[in-house]
Amino acid sequence: MNINRREALGFAAGAAAFAVTGLRPVPALATAEDAEKRIMEFAGGKMPETGKLTLVAPEIAENGNTVPISIEVDSAMSGDDVVEQVMVLADGNPNPDVATFNFTEASGIAAATTRMRLAKTQNVIAVARMKDGTTYMDKKEVKVTIGGCGG
Amino acid sequence: MATPKPRVKLPKSASAGEVITIKTLISHQMESGQRKDKDGNAIPRQIINKFSCEFNGMPVFSCDIDPAISANPYFEFNAKVQESGTFKFIWIDDDGSVYEHEAQIEVN
Repeated sequence: MNINRREALGFAAGAAAFAVTGLRPVPALATAEDAEKRIMEFAGGKMPETGKLTLVAPEIAENGNTVPISIEVDSAMSGDDVVEQVMVLADGNPNPDVATFNFTEASGIAAATTRMRLAKTQNVIAVARMKDGTTYMDKKEVKVTIGGCGG
Repeated sequence: MATPKPRVKLPKSASAGEVITIKTLISHQMESGQRKDKDGNAIPRQIINKFSCEFNGMPVFSCDIDPAISANPYFEFNAKVQESGTFKFIWIDDDGSVYEHEAQIEVN
């Protein structure tokens, strides 16, 4: 690798910034406010209630590349008691969106499991919207040992 | 990249009205668009952005996917079956490719 003077200076400046802030020069991460904005949009302007929805996530994730998460909503999935959508957010990733699950009566149970990436220790948030428009939320903090966004 | 290979696990038979569990996995790197190559250029995003499951043509479950889903996306969900039929699983890639898989179930 050839390093000319300009690059060497740039590198030195970067190293200095690292020393001062203690942060790696990673892309801007989402904040809790961004996540809250998404929740408000999804829930139609009012804060979701707690209960009914359960989010299962590990307390500590050693590898942020594959963190197993499960959601389950307590619902009969028939008549008016149907879960339409469950949105999953992560408030410390470069982008708060993770996935949105769409359920139907043919789902039988409003539950899903997947694996997600977490850039650092942060909150994982799930919000469920029922057919009648009510919304429910659950939140878990996951401690991440090795981040999974490969900056 | 090798062609993504879907894998699906579900019971071969069930009784009418039973809620079954379906597990799906597809091999895909799910390039997030956040990574950089060794020259510092951003590697463009390429993920599977939509997954859906139908039973005899009726929607059962679907998922809108963002780059925060891990490589080789895995989904586990449920379906209530009333009759024998075919499950169809569809994955849609950012580049427009569609990967499909079908599985039969016998309901008695």
